[in-house]
Amino acid sequence: MGETVPGNLVPEWSTLDPSTISEPVKNIEDKWKLVPAFLRVKGLVKQHIDSFNYFINVDIKNIVKANSKVTSDVEPLFYVKYKNVRVENPNIEESLNITDKSSPHECRLRDITYSAPIMVDVEYMRGDHRIFRKDIPIGRMPIMLRSSNCVLSQCRTPSELAKHNECPHDPGGYFIIKGQEKVILIQEQLSKNRMIVEEDKKGGLTCQVTSSTHEKKSRTNVTMKNGKYYLKHNTLTDDVPICIVFKAMGVTSDQEIVQMIGTEDRIMTSFAASLEECARLNVYTQTQALKYIGNKVRQKRFYDRGPKKTPVDEARDLLATTILAHVPVEKFNFKMKSIYLALMARRVIEAQGDTRTVDDRDYYGNKRLELAGSLISLLFEDLFKKFNADLKKNTDIILGKKGKVSQFDAVQYMQSRQDAITNGLEVAISTGNWTIKRFKMERQGVTQVLSRLSYISALGMMTRVNSQFEKTRKVSGPRSLQPSQWGMVCPSDTPEGESCGLVKNLALMTHITTEVDPEPIIKLAFNCGVEDINLLSGEELSNRDVFLVFLNGNIVGVTREHRRVVRIFRAMRRNGVISGFVSIYPHNKHRCIYISSDGGRLCRPYIIVESCRPAVTEHHIKQLMRGLLSFDDFLHKGLVEYLDVNEENDSNIAMYEREIEPKTTHMEIEPFTILGVCAGLIPYPHHNQSPRNTYQCAMGKQAMGTIGYNQRNRIDTLLYNLVYTHRPLVKTRTIELINFEHLPAGHNAVVAVMSYSGYDIEDAIIINKASLDRGYGRCIVYRNAKCSVKSYANQTSDRVPGPVMQVLDNGKQKPIWKHETLDSDGIAAVGTPVQPRQVLINKQMPTVTQMSFTDEQTARQVEFRDTPVIHKGPGNIYVEKVLLSTDPEGCNLIKMLLRQTRRPEIGDKFSSRHGQKGVTGLIVQQENLPFSDQGIYPDMIMNPHGFPSRMTVGKLMELLGSKSAALAGSLKYGTAFGGTPVKDIMEELVRHGYNYQGKDFLYSGTTGEALKAYIFFGPVYYQKLKHMVMDKMHARSRGPRAVLTRQPTEGRARDGGLRLGEMERDCLIGHGASMLLLERLMISSDAFDVDVCNSCGLLGYSGWCHYCRSSANVSSIRIPYACKLLFQELQSMNIVPRLRLENYCS
Amino acid sequence: MDSNRIVMEEFQVTEDAKKKGGSTKGKKAKEKKGDESGSSGTSVKIIHMDPVNMEIDFIGFPISLINAYRRIVLAEVATMAIEKVYMYNNTSIIQDEVLAHRLGLVPLKVDPRYFEFRNKDETEWGAQDSVKYELKIKCEKNPRASEHETDCDVISLNRKVLSSSLKWVPIGNQPDIFQPESMQPLHDDILLAKMNPGHLIHLEAYAVKGIGSDHAKFQPGLCWYRFLPEIELTREVEGLEAELLQKCFSPGVINIVDKPDGKKVAEVSDARNDTCSRNVFEYDDIKDSVKLTRKTDHVILYVESHSALKSFEILDEAVNIMIGKCDTLLTEIENHIEGSAA
Repeated sequence: MGETVPGNLVPEWSTLDPSTISEPVKNIEDKWKLVPAFLRVKGLVKQHIDSFNYFINVDIKNIVKANSKVTSDVEPLFYVKYKNVRVENPNIEESLNITDKSSPHECRLRDITYSAPIMVDVEYMRGDHRIFRKDIPIGRMPIMLRSSNCVLSQCRTPSELAKHNECPHDPGGYFIIKGQEKVILIQEQLSKNRMIVEEDKKGGLTCQVTSSTHEKKSRTNVTMKNGKYYLKHNTLTDDVPICIVFKAMGVTSDQEIVQMIGTEDRIMTSFAASLEECARLNVYTQTQALKYIGNKVRQKRFYDRGPKKTPVDEARDLLATTILAHVPVEKFNFKMKSIYLALMARRVIEAQGDTRTVDDRDYYGNKRLELAGSLISLLFEDLFKKFNADLKKNTDIILGKKGKVSQFDAVQYMQSRQDAITNGLEVAISTGNWTIKRFKMERQGVTQVLSRLSYISALGMMTRVNSQFEKTRKVSGPRSLQPSQWGMVCPSDTPEGESCGLVKNLALMTHITTEVDPEPIIKLAFNCGVEDINLLSGEELSNRDVFLVFLNGNIVGVTREHRRVVRIFRAMRRNGVISGFVSIYPHNKHRCIYISSDGGRLCRPYIIVESCRPAVTEHHIKQLMRGLLSFDDFLHKGLVEYLDVNEENDSNIAMYEREIEPKTTHMEIEPFTILGVCAGLIPYPHHNQSPRNTYQCAMGKQAMGTIGYNQRNRIDTLLYNLVYTHRPLVKTRTIELINFEHLPAGHNAVVAVMSYSGYDIEDAIIINKASLDRGYGRCIVYRNAKCSVKSYANQTSDRVPGPVMQVLDNGKQKPIWKHETLDSDGIAAVGTPVQPRQVLINKQMPTVTQMSFTDEQTARQVEFRDTPVIHKGPGNIYVEKVLLSTDPEGCNLIKMLLRQTRRPEIGDKFSSRHGQKGVTGLIVQQENLPFSDQGIYPDMIMNPHGFPSRMTVGKLMELLGSKSAALAGSLKYGTAFGGTPVKDIMEELVRHGYNYQGKDFLYSGTTGEALKAYIFFGPVYYQKLKHMVMDKMHARSRGPRAVLTRQPTEGRARDGGLRLGEMERDCLIGHGASMLLLERLMISSDAFDVDVCNSCGLLGYSGWCHYCRSSANVSSIRIPYACKLLFQELQSMNIVPRLRLENYCS
Repeated sequence: MDSNRIVMEEFQVTEDAKKKGGSTKGKKAKEKKGDESGSSGTSVKIIHMDPVNMEIDFIGFPISLINAYRRIVLAEVATMAIEKVYMYNNTSIIQDEVLAHRLGLVPLKVDPRYFEFRNKDETEWGAQDSVKYELKIKCEKNPRASEHETDCDVISLNRKVLSSSLKWVPIGNQPDIFQPESMQPLHDDILLAKMNPGHLIHLEAYAVKGIGSDHAKFQPGLCWYRFLPEIELTREVEGLEAELLQKCFSPGVINIVDKPDGKKVAEVSDARNDTCSRNVFEYDDIKDSVKLTRKTDHVILYVESHSALKSFEILDEAVNIMIGKCDTLLTEIENHIEGSAA
């Protein structure tokens, strides 16, 4: 860095030759090949991994350095100093001091955390000795899969990954906590340290800055009230006139204030009132101003430590550290901060009457995405600080004690307190509750369990962006698609319902930046003519030519030649002198140049266009295809560069070569990359109605198929597999890029678009029974059963005895029916079919698990009670695997993989790739189905009414494409904004003797006559969705009841009753069907015969009133048990409900 | 020959307007083969016949009859297929149920006509109704494979389990009746499973006689038919238009003939080969020149065997089943008449 740059700094495009413009730009064939090259380098989950790597290798060191010294208040000689910190390679602590290398898959199977020890080098005092020790563990850090510390990052080939039982297509980027795969979702939030001018509820204008540094987070507002300007901050009880703040910062002269804000007439006039107010308040000097502010400081209620400060000192501290915390103040030199504040005021003034200068909160340039690395770093810093605070507290206590027995060893203490950091991290990731005390931040739902329904659902989860916005608020702004999201966020992939538009997905080529060291950038800025702000008086700021230069929201300096600065920066970036992720753009309205190098910006690669010619030529692409160039080489050569949202909006980007004009600065690599992973599966999505693509994005995640190459080694709670998966006949580039072809989820079914029987209304589909016989839609459901065999404090432990035998008539022994499945070890044997209610693991637990101090003798004869794991739920299930291991607590763990094969039945859900879902309406014998001249019988019949209102033209095109693909034996492309043209497909159909519209002449399977209409007929890729009738069907006549109310239980899982709800009840009341009501609400529910004493009105028991001590007036009536319960509960709180009985007919 | 035709228009199929009255004709023709010149204008022509494929023209028969044969072939002609699998050991990657399902779909050479349908309540496997197979195969490392070999098929022996490893195990007196060759799977190269060294499959499978409506694995083959297409040129088509017309149909359907006056004129040579793609309608300038029709009383029936039965045997069986059905009906009628008379 900082060396002189070879090559000219002034790019060629500054001198344009008009004659070259007229020549047409040649199309670069196969430039989409850059996309796989990009994905190889950056990948879909690279942002997670990059961010975590940055934390683990760089940020963690900074955090420890910033909190490196722990001292004691009691013993001035004592100190602990952290010299270095490292995160080691992941391992497992099998028992004390025995560690073993761990692999992610082992952690998944054994329900343990994939984590690595955090080691520190420490220098500390023990007694009078200074001691230096290396490799002291202070806790364990969960390791992200495929990050730099993960064992998988060393694997180069699929076979090496296979040795770790890992699928080569698994993206990584998640954590394994106690055997569960957890993803830290990308969190979207407003950028920190940037000024945002906006209108508040009352129509007033404010300029808001959320400052965020490692220590502090605060929000500062400059608002206008009654034509005057105020500073608003939540540490101040009241709004403070802005002039007073300026004066408190040492800018006491009114002239100076005005110069900093602006000397234009308009600005001066609107600021005059504020100056006047300041004078009216008799604040002229810095001390007066500080005193004024000091009186308005909100008193801290508790945690008062240290000597009490005077209001003046307090105000000065506040201004220096808390208000606009991110603007540096060195030795109370407020110059920078006052200019910053002046600019905020100026922005508010400018926005008056000019709504264009009001910033848009939803603009993606104002957004930052927080990734796993930065979130964990926040958490770790908090935990580390707490760790150090605890260490200090403990030291103070021990060193403060008189008559020390032994010397206090800080390292020993540190090693014993590893759990604080380990558990803190583990609990946060496993629950998703992010609590950071120093920012008073509390967030729920940061992590989610990685959905492994299908490969796509797992991949889709890794690109998910969660918005920090209340779901309940009914504001459309944050939910709607922002034009600046172009190419960064998938326009289709968002859930429906409450979180619509708040949960987003990254597009294919999006990358999220990690922090870049700002020092060299500042140096470069000064080198290319930026002047330090501290050297200026303030008047220069109002000059029209002077541009302020910002770096990450902080003022660096000013420049008179803003174009040159921008040009040099861009040239430097293209030459690789500064990081490719540094963005720079001028804002002419603000007269500012904004340079960003912070983390969390969305960016995306573009081809650079110079003098109307794209820098990437066919030659480069050929070299890329031959493997002579990689994507990084394209970056280094200055052919391609990353643009973040802000710079993208300052560029002129052509979509195609033909659209390049003289002003064009960049060109898209490939238009289909604006879509994300899920939308990328859809063939011809640009011909579909947009909501259909959104529906498919949601449904693609429910499609059954292949999860990964290691799916058979996994023991998940629930896993769906399709038996014979196909790769789609019509594929897209995205499908190839994300390896969907290797891990597909669906079948190419021959579909006839016609009406059949009437069991096809409302999107129901008809299925050919012979196709089902041959394996269409067949799926396997894997489930697990697990239990741990624990040991208890009283020397007892669980046990798993063999089956209970019964003696048959002929004297032979046979296990009882429940235990027929069991092996002699008490665990169901591999390969056994298990019927519902049969035992899988015959576990028994001791009845007494507590330590009893009274009687030693009883502990000898331990009594056990059965706590077996039983197969519930419908259908037989086979035992596929049994795993015996130990979990982290050292207990024996028994895990079992159970398998159930299902063939489609009526009511199972299927869907094409165009948001066209439907349930099976009828399964038809093959001979009853229509057939074509070629003897082709359909696998499925779909009703044509599904098309007109849905307008899924892409599905029609897919059918044609699949048909010709099947006939020609070559796969077709349905890539977004491209793909095989329908005309070509039709011509191919004609070549094979088929109708060019894909409509075939069909014969009825029942009458044998020709159908009157031609039928649109051909293969379509169909997905089987996870919703199956077998998991949902439920009926009950008699069954379990709740203990308290004696009413039937609720829900299918508990074999519950079917509720006759309020609205149904209203219906019956409306009909006057009183007997039916009585039956539904009482007799079939919780009827109870109760004895009532008519003299006291209370409930009696078996014909005897306990209150009256007589049975004279007791009669029996039938009431709901819940009613009886109510009476008794009322009695228990001193309310007496009395019943008065009368004869109904007399 | 009369005009029992349907017209293929651009967007729909219609009855031929020229159709004469009294279309219901064609008596029941029970005996078909060799019945070349039916008394009432019906005839059967065998166009092509080999053990696998068969193409027959039925002329002058009602379509419902032909359809009945088609339906019987698909649903009622019985074949043998593996129905029950006893899995003794299966340490391969393929699941027991999936392997069993795959075994069921393997076509067998066993002639179903020698067997009876198995009684559902039967517990024993009888020689008269079931065929037993055994599959016992173990995958091992190939000791002769070189160290640097990467091809899994070479490294391990028995990596692929093919249908040929299904071994017939005779039950009862079966060895006296059947030859082992005639009891094997029809194809010996059907992939059943793939294994890695150490994997083992040991199972017993029983094949029984069944029908297609019960499970598709019992289908003897595929059967379908089509109506004979006819193309009528309503006007003379010449020159470039003729070439275009030729392209709209399957090869060999339209010929271009040089007329004595030097014109190249399109001529229908053989409409039978046409796939009825109706692609003429794409071109506005020639779509008026043709009339596409199909003869509903000239049906081309195809039978394609994929089982032990040869294509003609399948049809033979279908006809026998039909005869059986007719006989049942006749007996029922007779019984009823007798019953009412008595």
